[in-house]
Parts: sequence; structure tokens; C-alpha cells
Amino acid sequence: MIVLEKRPQPSRTWSMATPLVAVLATMICGGLLFAVLGKNPVEAIGTIFWEPLFGEYAFYYRPQLLVKGAPLVLIAIGLSLGFRAGIWNIGAEGQYIMGAIVGAGVGLAFYPMEAFYIFPLMVLAGAFGGWVWAMIPAFLKVRFGTNEILVSLMLVYVAEQFLASMSLGLLKNPEGFGFPGSRNLQSYASAHNAELIEGSGMHWGVVAAFVAVIFAYVLLNRHMTGFHIRLTGEAPRAARFAGVKPARLILFCLGMSGALAGLAGLFEVSGPSGQISIDFNVGYGFTAIIVAFLGRLHPVGILLAGGLMALTYIGGEIAQGSLGLPAAAIQVFQGMLLFFLLALDLLTNYRIRAARKEVA
Amino acid sequence: MSTPLLSIKGLTKAYPGVVANDNVSFDIGEGEVHALLGENGAGKSTLVKMIYGLVKPDSGSMTLRGAPYAPPEPRAARADGIAMVFQHFSLFDALNVAENIALGMENPPAMGDLAARIRAVSETYGLPLDPFRTVGDLSAGERQRVEIIRCLLQDPKLLIMDEPTSVLTPQEVEILFQTLQKLRSEGTSILYISHKLEEIRTLCDHATILRLGKNVGECTPRETSARDMAEMMVGTALKTPERSGREFGEIALDISGLSVPSPSEFGTSLKNVHMTVRKGEVLGIGGVAGNGQDELLAVLSGEILTAADAVKKDGQPVGRLGPVARRRLGLLTAPEERLGHAAAPNMSLTENALLTGSVREGLESNGFLKWAETQAFAERIIKEFDVRTPGPENAARSLSGGNLQKFVIGREVLQNPDVLVVNQPTWGVDASAAAAIRQALLDLAAKGTAVVCISQDLDELMEISDTFAALNEGRLSAPRTTVGLTVDEIGLMMGGAHGMEVAHV
Repeated sequence: MIVLEKRPQPSRTWSMATPLVAVLATMICGGLLFAVLGKNPVEAIGTIFWEPLFGEYAFYYRPQLLVKGAPLVLIAIGLSLGFRAGIWNIGAEGQYIMGAIVGAGVGLAFYPMEAFYIFPLMVLAGAFGGWVWAMIPAFLKVRFGTNEILVSLMLVYVAEQFLASMSLGLLKNPEGFGFPGSRNLQSYASAHNAELIEGSGMHWGVVAAFVAVIFAYVLLNRHMTGFHIRLTGEAPRAARFAGVKPARLILFCLGMSGALAGLAGLFEVSGPSGQISIDFNVGYGFTAIIVAFLGRLHPVGILLAGGLMALTYIGGEIAQGSLGLPAAAIQVFQGMLLFFLLALDLLTNYRIRAARKEVA
Repeated sequence: MSTPLLSIKGLTKAYPGVVANDNVSFDIGEGEVHALLGENGAGKSTLVKMIYGLVKPDSGSMTLRGAPYAPPEPRAARADGIAMVFQHFSLFDALNVAENIALGMENPPAMGDLAARIRAVSETYGLPLDPFRTVGDLSAGERQRVEIIRCLLQDPKLLIMDEPTSVLTPQEVEILFQTLQKLRSEGTSILYISHKLEEIRTLCDHATILRLGKNVGECTPRETSARDMAEMMVGTALKTPERSGREFGEIALDISGLSVPSPSEFGTSLKNVHMTVRKGEVLGIGGVAGNGQDELLAVLSGEILTAADAVKKDGQPVGRLGPVARRRLGLLTAPEERLGHAAAPNMSLTENALLTGSVREGLESNGFLKWAETQAFAERIIKEFDVRTPGPENAARSLSGGNLQKFVIGREVLQNPDVLVVNQPTWGVDASAAAAIRQALLDLAAKGTAVVCISQDLDELMEISDTFAALNEGRLSAPRTTVGLTVDEIGLMMGGAHGMEVAHV
């Protein structure tokens, strides 16, 4: 019989190795899935992982990696702070939408004036929009003990309705011939989050993502607040004994993740996407949850995981186009990644050994 | 001599890294009260788990009345007439007594019949218990009665009792012993596990002493002195803590009119608690577990806030201050639960040193952590308190209970507190480590610290405390000078017998 035995302390080796093993297991099982769908598995996997980086059109796809990866990393960094403390913000998608709406709203309010301070103001407004949206579950949790998972998740759907209303109403482009959607910020220079280097994919959101990684790393490893976050996640009672105020921590973690998600939304709407529209959000807020766990809630891990996830996004799109793989198959593929990661996570704290049967 | 009831030959059980039982043999006669004596970690629990079918031995054999006996599971052990009262009760707080007992039975009879049988057994053995009371409302002693009656309903030949008196007042212990003696007179054998020597000398006919998994000796407790048994148990001569005569200073900690509802449903609310502790004084607070000890510690640590002047340190009201502010003022605490409360299990010892040491040891500046200093502090605790670990980078959970306890107490002691409050400082700690911890508390008091020691170990409190008070259902008795206090008086302070009565022998 096989038994699981608790390790005396978490294994460092396995903690590092599980993401890699999870990626491998996903490749194998994903390959099987593609084979069942009648595709050549080697070709499909190759398309997803190889094509965007080194394929014929890599010059186009590589910048896309940054464009797709940045919002994922930015949101996941924020989420990881809360997740470390056992505070589960599942509604980053909603905070992302609200950040985009508020940020774009501020920018559009200045239209057509050109000034250097418009974009910084939009950045602040974007962070504020996400922050406010995250403060709703935070406040309800602190004041009434509601479950932040449910509240933040349900607020995603509220935000989506809000987005639809905005693109059809208040923020609708007056010169848009009645089509839904706001003015395109790409053609409004003061509000445009343009590429910093032409053709590189590098925009302010990518810079913000890197800054967030460094910020989170310093916070978690060198600062008392980060220590309190980790302590609360590890042992809530010990945290209270150490003097952590749970309410303050909830407000901080949810606020931080909301603000970062809002920033991601703002950088997206003012850059790659360009306008507020009904289908503006594409699920970054949910995918970032996978990214956060795939990166083991560690800032550097999240950076790598964001890159990997962006790769499967882009590779998946290529596979859809060139091999005719259904979009759902790609989503299953991404889901497998999280599944294997969580399953293999067990090995960090437990070892498997063969043992004789014993009632213990 | 006739065939023994249970005969154990060469039982061995190894776990990864430790041999829990190494070739242990002894016999339990019919109608005999047999003591199994040993320190924490000596292998007593593993041994009785093998007898009760919870653990399978690696080698060795047992015979029950001459027939081979190897229970694959507790159900088989119970079918053969072996019953066990565990140290930690497995009862559901929200169910009543009869329901709890029915849950443990193979074919529970109708509730009415069962209640009648519970009443009959409890009458016979002097263990009064209302079958329809909710277990959550019962005292620890009453819960133990539920467990005992659950066993007696099976009409056992051998009753195993694991540390039964750790949750009882002296009076309750007295009554329990009368019940056990009645059982013995009816021919039931009892395997009695304990590390309390005096009670073994009172109760038991024969004792087997375990040390590090080995049977290191047998004796007849009535003819052996407690000290000799202790030294067999520990393997070395014991050192008793020294207390030097000292003067008490001004009042350092003053609690007056403190009433706090418990944060948890089945916790105990503190009711009108008064106490003062002077500089250099050790106040021992006894009482059966669950009578408000955890709540009292939380009130002092700042985890539960009270009216500002209900708790005063050096005359300054601190009732509204959180744990960090209290540490800054020199009021330090060490809770009972090591893993998860006093320390974070998965974090390193360095990080755990930071947990309470950040303020007084200056381990942060402007919120930024000084890891080098923190590690040095952790290393100092490890060195001065002889914590056995390869280094401060190891996780707290990798330490044995006793070593982690030394770390947790050392962490507070080394911060030079003005007032130190500890709850169960030597719980689950081996005798030599316990002596070291008690000595550290006394040394601290000698330097002028006011020490409050909450404990269920009366011997410990008698050994180190100058003044003694007891918690009973959230009320604190008036403090008394320890010198000259009798066991009877202590028992009454702890709440007497909690409504128990003597067996109708």
C-alpha cells in the first residue's frame, strides 16, 4: 500500500520542482487530449510552446508575450499578497474592469485637451477604481464577517453590467456612428499608453508589472507587513498573538490587489485594447489566479508563470488558427496546469512511500 | 501464580527515526492495577495503542488468558474485553451524554434503555451523570466520566486509562480512585498510565517503568519511594530548582474587577477576577483545564481587549492596548499551545523569534526587518536554552514538543520582561527540560520580574510559586501564600469535587 508521510519540514527541492513537473504533466495529458481530438499531439504542443518564441512569425508574437503577460503578472502579484494571508480575492476581473472604466473615464473627461499630466492622473484613477471595487468585499468582511470569496466574485458580474452600461451610455463615443464603445484612446495622444520602444511590446503596464514584482519581493521578505501577511497565512492565531490586526491586514491585502488589478485594466484600456467596449475584459483577472498559484505565490515565480501563461494564450491562439483546435481545448489545457500544480503541491509537504498496511 | 490476564512478550514498534518500543515484556494479572510509568516520549502511548489494536507491533506477541491475542483493530480489542479511556476525549460538544455513548457502540439500544443503563452504571460506581445533558456544558471531570461509563458499559476485563488525573481536582482524583478500587475488587484489571508518582504509589499494585521505549524496571510502588521511581524513569539523578529567598517589590501587575465573555461558544467567561503580582513574585494559578486559563492569558497578552483599567501594569492602564504595545511596556506572555499560537509551525525559528521579539529586541527599523539581528537573537535563544536543533533556519514544527517549548519560553525570558505570564510552561516537556524552564522562571523572578505561571501541574506550582490562586469556572480564588498550603485546601480552591460523590462500595 502507498502511504503519504508528512515531511518534518517543507521540501525546498519539491517546492521548486513542482511547477516544472506540473508543466510536463500538462504537456503529456494535454497531448493525449489533442490526440483524442484527432490532432497530432507533438505538433499541437510544439505550436503552443515553440511557435510564439522561435517560429517563423516570432517577431510578431514575442512582443505579444509582454502585452499579455504584463496584466497577468500585475494582477497575480496583488492576488498573491492576499492569498499568502488566506484572504481570497476572486474578483480581480471586476476590479480590472472598474480600473479601466474609471481610468478611461478620467482620460476622456479631458478630451480633446493635450497635457502631460493626463496620463498620470488616469493611472491614479485606474488604481483608485480597482481599489474601491475591492474595498467593498473588504469592508463587508471586516464589518459584518461576510465571505470575501463570494462577494468579490459576484461583484465581477456587477462590474460587467457596469461595463456594458458605460460602453452603451456615458462613455459611448459621440462620433462612433452609434456603435457601442468609447473613443479610442490610442488616437488621443495624452491618454495613450503607447509602446515605449516601437515594436517591442514594452508599455507602461509592463514597467509597472516589473516594479510590482520587486515591490512585492521587498515587502514579503524585508518588511514587517509582509512578515505579518505570511504569518497570518501560516498560523492566524500566532499572528494575532504577534499583534497583527486582522482587519487592517484584510483592508491592505484586498486594497492592494484591487489597486493593482485596476492598474492592469487602465494600462490595457489605454494601450493594447484602446477603448472601453462590452467585450473589453478577456478573463485576465481569473487567469491571474492560476498565474499566482503556478508561481507559488512568490513574486519571481509569478513573473515566470505570467510569461508561461501568456505563452499558452498566444500559442493557443496560433493552434486554434493553424490546427483548428477548439478554444475550449486550450482552456482545458490551461486548467490542467493549475490542476496538476495543486495536486503535485502535496509533495512539498508529504512524501510518498510504500508501506505495509497498518491501522494507525 | 495463576495465568496472567494479559501477557506481553518482546513487543517492538519502530517509526521512522525512532524506536517507540524496544522489546517490551510484562504481565498484567487478574484484578491487578498495573502502572505504566514513564516520561513523555518514553513509549507508553504506543504500547497501549498496540494493546488496544490501534497500532500493529513490528514484532513480539501478546496472550490474553493464555490465548494468542493480536487485535487488528480496536473493535476486536473491545470484543475481547479490553476498553480504553483516552487522555484526550473524543466527544461531540453539541450532543448529549447518551448520544455520545451510543455513537461509540456497535449496536446501540433504544435511547431510553441506554439512559437507564447509564444511570445504573453511574450509580454503582459513584459517577453521577445525567444522560441527557449536553457534553459541551460538562466540566473536564464530567467528560471523563462519560468516557469511563462508555467503557464500563462494555463490562471490560481490562481497562486502560491514559493519564486520567491530568484534568481532575485532588478531590475528583480521590473519587476516581475509589471507583477504580471498586472495579478491582470486582476482578477488573486496570492498566494505569501516568507520570505522577504519588498517585501510582496510592493506587497501583505493580509498576512497569519505560524509558526511551525500553522496559527499564519493575517495582511494587507501595514499597518504593517516589524519588527512586523518578530516577528510574529519568535515568539520572534529578535536580530540583533552587529558589532563593527574596523580597517582593511594588505591584507590577494589577487586575481588578475583570469580567470578559469568552470569544468561543464552549469557552469559559472570566468573572470578576482580581489579582496583583509584585516585582519578584511568582504567582501560580492552578485549576482544571478549561476553567478560563486560555482566556486569562489572552486578556494579559492583549489578544482580548478589556476595559482600560481592568488590567494595569505598574499602575498604568493597559486593558485597551494590543500585544505589540504591551510588549513595548514589558508585559510578555507565552501561551499554552505551542504550534499555531506561540509559534508558526511552518516558519523557521528565526522567523518565530521575530514573532514576539521585534519590539524589544529592536529587530525592525521603520517597518524593515533586520534579519541578521533576528537570526542572532534566535541563535541566542537556542544556545542559552539548550534547544536541540541543527540551526535557526529549521521550521518550528521540526522540533520536538519539549524543544519548541524551551524555545518559546526562552524567547520571552531573554527579552527581560517586567511581567511574564506563561500558560502550561512545561506541558509535554521531559523532566530535565521542565526543571530548566522552572529554573529560568525563578531566576527571572530573582531579578525582579513579576511572574504569573498558569499550570495544571500542582507539583510544579508548589515548587516555584510564592502565592497560589486557582481558576474555577472563570472565577479566581483569593491568592494564598504557598508555604503551608495543604492539598485539601488547594482542592477546595480548585472547586472541590465538582459535584462528584464517592463510589457506593
